Amino acid sequence: MKMKDYFRSGDAWVWVNAGAVTLCLMMILGMLTLLAVKGLSHFWPKAIMQATYVADAANPQPVVGEIADTKSDPVARLLESGQPAPPGIDPLAKVERWSIKQGNKDITGQDFQWVTVPFLKDIRYPADLMMIERTTGGNLYGRLQSVTLNGQVITGNAAQASLQQAIDRVDELRTQAHDLEKGDIASVNYKMEQLRLDERKLQLKNKLDATAQAEIAERRSELENQFNAQNTKLQAINDSMDRDKAVFMIADGSTHDVSVHDMMYATAPNAMGIGAKVSQFFTNFWHFLSEDPREANTEGGVFPAIFGTITMVFIMTVLVTPLGVIAAIYLREYASQGRFTQMVRIAVNNLAGVPSIVYGVFGLGFFIYVLGGRIDQLFYPESLPQPVFGTPGLMWASITLALLTLPVVIVSTEEGLSRIPRSLREGSLALGATKVETLWRVILPMAMPSILTGVILAIARAAGEVAPLMLVGVVKLAPDLPVDLNAPFVHLDRKFMHLGFHIYDVGFQSPNVEAARPLVYATAFLLVLLVALLNLAAIALRNRLRERFKALET
Amino acid sequence: MPDLSTREVISPNPGVIAMPPDTTPTFSTNVSAPQASGLANEDICLRTEHLDLYYGTKQALFDINMVIPRKRATAFIGPSGCGKSTLLRTFNRMNDLVDGCRVTGKIELDGHDIFDRSMDITSLRRRVGMVFQKPNPFPKSIYENVCYGLRLQGIRNKAVLDEAVERSLRGAALWDEVKDRLHESALGMSGGQQQRLVIARAIAVEPEVLLLDEPCSALDPISTLKVEELINELKEQFTILIVTHNMQQAARVSDYTAFMYLGKLIEYTDTNTLFTNPHQKQTEDYITGRYG
Repeated sequence: MKMKDYFRSGDAWVWVNAGAVTLCLMMILGMLTLLAVKGLSHFWPKAIMQATYVADAANPQPVVGEIADTKSDPVARLLESGQPAPPGIDPLAKVERWSIKQGNKDITGQDFQWVTVPFLKDIRYPADLMMIERTTGGNLYGRLQSVTLNGQVITGNAAQASLQQAIDRVDELRTQAHDLEKGDIASVNYKMEQLRLDERKLQLKNKLDATAQAEIAERRSELENQFNAQNTKLQAINDSMDRDKAVFMIADGSTHDVSVHDMMYATAPNAMGIGAKVSQFFTNFWHFLSEDPREANTEGGVFPAIFGTITMVFIMTVLVTPLGVIAAIYLREYASQGRFTQMVRIAVNNLAGVPSIVYGVFGLGFFIYVLGGRIDQLFYPESLPQPVFGTPGLMWASITLALLTLPVVIVSTEEGLSRIPRSLREGSLALGATKVETLWRVILPMAMPSILTGVILAIARAAGEVAPLMLVGVVKLAPDLPVDLNAPFVHLDRKFMHLGFHIYDVGFQSPNVEAARPLVYATAFLLVLLVALLNLAAIALRNRLRERFKALET
Repeated sequence: MPDLSTREVISPNPGVIAMPPDTTPTFSTNVSAPQASGLANEDICLRTEHLDLYYGTKQALFDINMVIPRKRATAFIGPSGCGKSTLLRTFNRMNDLVDGCRVTGKIELDGHDIFDRSMDITSLRRRVGMVFQKPNPFPKSIYENVCYGLRLQGIRNKAVLDEAVERSLRGAALWDEVKDRLHESALGMSGGQQQRLVIARAIAVEPEVLLLDEPCSALDPISTLKVEELINELKEQFTILIVTHNMQQAARVSDYTAFMYLGKLIEYTDTNTLFTNPHQKQTEDYITGRYG
């Protein structure tokens, strides 16, 4: 009886509701926390440990590196796998094990090593240990012995400052070289390719006579001269970067010469105070955001992926919004509400449920091969057999995703249109407005919040979509951004990088999975952040509009 | 959906009219006799002849014959569902928007059939303005609401618009209340102000006829009083048709009153006569509160 009263009171129902909300919140917050902690901790400068690993008493090994991961395993499992275990411990007890990122991959050949903690003797964190991020070969951990700066050998306390000086110089030269490569040289290359296409075009039209040939040859030799000049300049910069070198002593006591040319950043994290670490954290994070990836995406930044994601979402939005809104207006305002309209509506709703990879296949099969192939035949015959639009690229990816998100925009626009009170339409018509005037002056402005809701959902879905993109334009590494300074500036035919695909690629296709794992979290965190930012921007816009039309809510 | 801008003429077939025998009125629908009282001397603005209206197969108006005098207020009373709103909405062809609505017979505005092909529906609606039951200001500023109809006509001259806004708001007895916040949202006004704004919006396009469909039903008594005073002023300029549930209101504001019941015009005469000395028994029953 009492139980029955309890249920009748509705308290149980309140608990169930609150429980469901709590569960959702916990899952979302849990995921965000995991991504944030795992991803952002990658940028925090970690202490470099130095110890002696005496698993084999006869053969103690020096270990230097960052603690990348920890776990505890039962002793029995160690013994089973033939690894040394600390003696005198209950086989069921657990011992702690660390994964040490030792770096120096090019010298020792092993980036990571699992060690059993009780065997580590004499653990220290000396302030003079340095971590050098290099362009190739991964991190280097060791002690700086000397620096050769402009032919002058510097040792002792001044060496670190000199190294920083040398690295700054190389960094500047590297920027110059990069600008030259991506700017002038890329531009010359682009013009050279255009010239080749022009020549081919003339050839196809049978207009490649002697004068045209001569003209092209002249332009070509001019471009070649330019190219050679730029190339000589680049070579000079590269040579100049080789000027300085440093000598490091690594864990096993051997010393190695390292050219400053290969160095990106040098830090001594053990010597840093908390302030320096915080500043280093933001520096690292900025590098991650602003740099190109290196070493098969396992190092460096994700800038091209961020750029590609935003560009793709932007083009997709520009395509899907007018199309979806216009379609919804027809369905709701003009089409007679019969069985056929109902069927169209059901079909649109079903489109939202089609697995996204199907869109990818459709995009590849129809847009790229059929439409793109035809476009190439009609407009780019000179570049055949090399396809221009008949191959995956930014435009096709945007169109495919626009198709994928179309139902979302249509459904929410229709909902917005149907919520506008009849009295307002009649009020407008009664003043002598035609239907289309009513639509433009009263209905569409009032439906704007709903339209934007649809666009927000479309953006959220498109930014997070990966599967179809793998078929229609996203690649592991795109050499050029889809937007640059060569006319026509936006290259819709280019392939691009995408954060979602980057996560998959770095996490599962990478040659150095362990080194790349933190990058997976960081990239995932960034993608979530990006989607959230895009959404917040659109929501802010919608709320401003909603404020203007708040009478709708009553 | 048939194109409702052209009238579909069907021959009236009494056989299809579904009316329970016990509710079939026993009187003649020919009400030309009572119209004689007072109406004979008036200038006629609107005239209906044998007006029938169908929603699909259901007939909503039966053979309405009446004349509406110019620059007078004519009230329509009757129980819910008697067709008074439907009749009102027929005068500016608002019913065209309703799927499956058909009209036969004739409505003449200044002698021209409003269902005629030559009649442009938007200019008809400009000449026959309408105010609805619930205030329906657009989510725009007060100023933009009032000049909505003028902008539709392509008037962009700011001086003209300013002048029209002030004139209309004064006409709707709203100017003093809102003159300092013309560019604020109309949605921030009270219900009574909104209704008067809607009236201002309707008179801004200078219509001949103003249709008021229960304009006070969503308003409090004070706002109602203001709107009623306004109607009394407006009828000096416009021909006013008002549908109301409130018989005291009809008595207060109108010069002529029509009583409708079950889609038929039962009695139509000057307001005084209708309320003090009704000819028809139904009218008497209704106004004395015996049914309805």
